Amino acid sequence: MAERFTKSMARNIYLGGSAFFVLLFLALTFDTQLRAMPERDNRDELTEQVVRGKHLWEENNCVGCHSIMGEGAYFAPELANVFDRRGGGDTEVFKAYMKAWMNAMPTNIPGRRQMPDFNLSDSEIEDLAAFLEWTSKIDDNGWPPNIEG
Amino acid sequence: MKYESQRVAMPYFIFALILFAGQIVFGLILGLQYVVGDFLFPEIPFNVARMVHTNLLIVWLLFGFMGATYYMVPEEAQTELHSPMLAWILFWVFAAAGTLTILGYLFVDYATLAEVTMNKLLPTMGREFLEQPTITKIGIAVVVVAFLYNIAMTALKGRKTVVNIVLITGLVGLAVLWLFSFYNPGNLATDKYFWWFVVHLWVEGVWELIMGAILAYVLIKLTGVDREVIEKWLYVIIAMALITGIIGTGHHFFWIGPPEYWLWLGSVFSALEPLPFFMMVVFAFNMINRRRRNHPNKAAMLWAMGTTVMAFLGAGVWGFLHTLAPVNWYTHGSQITAAHGHMAFYGAYVMIVLTIISYAMPIMRGRPYGNSNTAQIVEMWGFWLMTISMVFITLFLTAAGVLQVWLQRIPESGEALSFMAGQDQIALFYWMRFVAGAFFMAGLVVYFGSFFIKGEASPAEEVRGPATADA
Repeated sequence: MAERFTKSMARNIYLGGSAFFVLLFLALTFDTQLRAMPERDNRDELTEQVVRGKHLWEENNCVGCHSIMGEGAYFAPELANVFDRRGGGDTEVFKAYMKAWMNAMPTNIPGRRQMPDFNLSDSEIEDLAAFLEWTSKIDDNGWPPNIEG
Repeated sequence: MKYESQRVAMPYFIFALILFAGQIVFGLILGLQYVVGDFLFPEIPFNVARMVHTNLLIVWLLFGFMGATYYMVPEEAQTELHSPMLAWILFWVFAAAGTLTILGYLFVDYATLAEVTMNKLLPTMGREFLEQPTITKIGIAVVVVAFLYNIAMTALKGRKTVVNIVLITGLVGLAVLWLFSFYNPGNLATDKYFWWFVVHLWVEGVWELIMGAILAYVLIKLTGVDREVIEKWLYVIIAMALITGIIGTGHHFFWIGPPEYWLWLGSVFSALEPLPFFMMVVFAFNMINRRRRNHPNKAAMLWAMGTTVMAFLGAGVWGFLHTLAPVNWYTHGSQITAAHGHMAFYGAYVMIVLTIISYAMPIMRGRPYGNSNTAQIVEMWGFWLMTISMVFITLFLTAAGVLQVWLQRIPESGEALSFMAGQDQIALFYWMRFVAGAFFMAGLVVYFGSFFIKGEASPAEEVRGPATADA
């Protein structure tokens, strides 16, 4: 670096640059959260059942194997669109599918990846299904590229 | 070691390395579960092993950062640590809390753990990397605040150097952003948005300040280059890190609900995120070329060079590979992400902690000019084995990811392979990744071995021209 570029100039770039971008980030966050998200995240349908489902999702550490909107572990299938993939976009079909699936776990097929039995009641499985259905309706710019997630 | 109280860094470093070993053991378990799906099932299901693997990483890096801080801050401030006693108490509190949490993961069913730790009162568990029970999260916050108090009191009463200011700024940022881990709304889209305030703004934000400060400190010590020059570089590097990294958070907002302008903002700014890492490479090699002394601790020098190169490759190049929205559309949440994550964490944060350990441990053990030649050679074998293994882990995961995208993501619905069918197709690469992981473990054993090699400590160095008073 040329001698004319002094340490105090470098410091000013750091302080000014980071202050500017922190403020810009905060402004964008306000715009995203207050203006844009209410239009996109389907919050009108965010029922108590969906929230119960979210807590079940968390308390059983589902994200330790699965991804949801592409985030999580990559050991098991994406679940933000499982409502469309396995339920065909139909609430009742999906609930029935979820109950059958959860109760069939683990498969115990030798050598295959295993999903534990989480001992959920029927109403808990419905909560979880409601959470996954709600999640599938968030506007996530159309991701994933196809139904397989 | 100029101040007796710096020695409190030692237990932090040792415990960090023990947890590092645990992390690798669980990494191997996970690698095997990818191909032998029922390995250790139901005793240690994948989600438990993964949680242990990632949480051990986070906790041991925090131990490493704290150890680095206890070592650096008194020497930079030219004063003893405010309270070595507090540092010791916090060590035991954090070590006990961390160990209990990991044992909880392993021996208690996660839903039960959530219940007994009263997750219902303030639900924060069950989110990736933030799986810790709420009580552990509070514990981390308390430990970090008390740690910052100790450090601030030390720094304030002594010399204020740029290294100390940047390091402490990074640590304060780490503490403040941690508070977002307590915010868990019922709306998944909002939850995810602020989850990234912890995860992204840590690793692609304030942690880069910590890394930059440690690197600058070690380079001052090893090269004897004038502090003014190094501090100027440090400012420019962290300026670039924050200027690109803060809005760069947007590359996580593409597909989780936020509006479309993030596609542009995230792509453009995160495409610039390799810059600070590239500058670290130029910085390190430049300072070493201009060195005023030949420090006999060659191993520490190797780690310092290595961390910049590997961070640039892992965080910079592998990050750039999939950060542009049109690419990320296909690669998001695939093995490409895993490839990037492994090399970035190893290159930037594992290696910077091993750099400061390599520099500081010999001094704390009474070898001011570094370990014996034999010990250094063994340590460098550890360096190469682990680093090359990590390169191969990354390459195999990248190959797996490219294939996964090709089979599962690119074809139309109906044509594309299902997730599990795709996984079967790429099993060969998972096997190769597992083998590379086993070599990493071997490298870690060699590295640990280097701590137990005796022999004459390195003799005093040859000084090239007048060394600065600092070095």
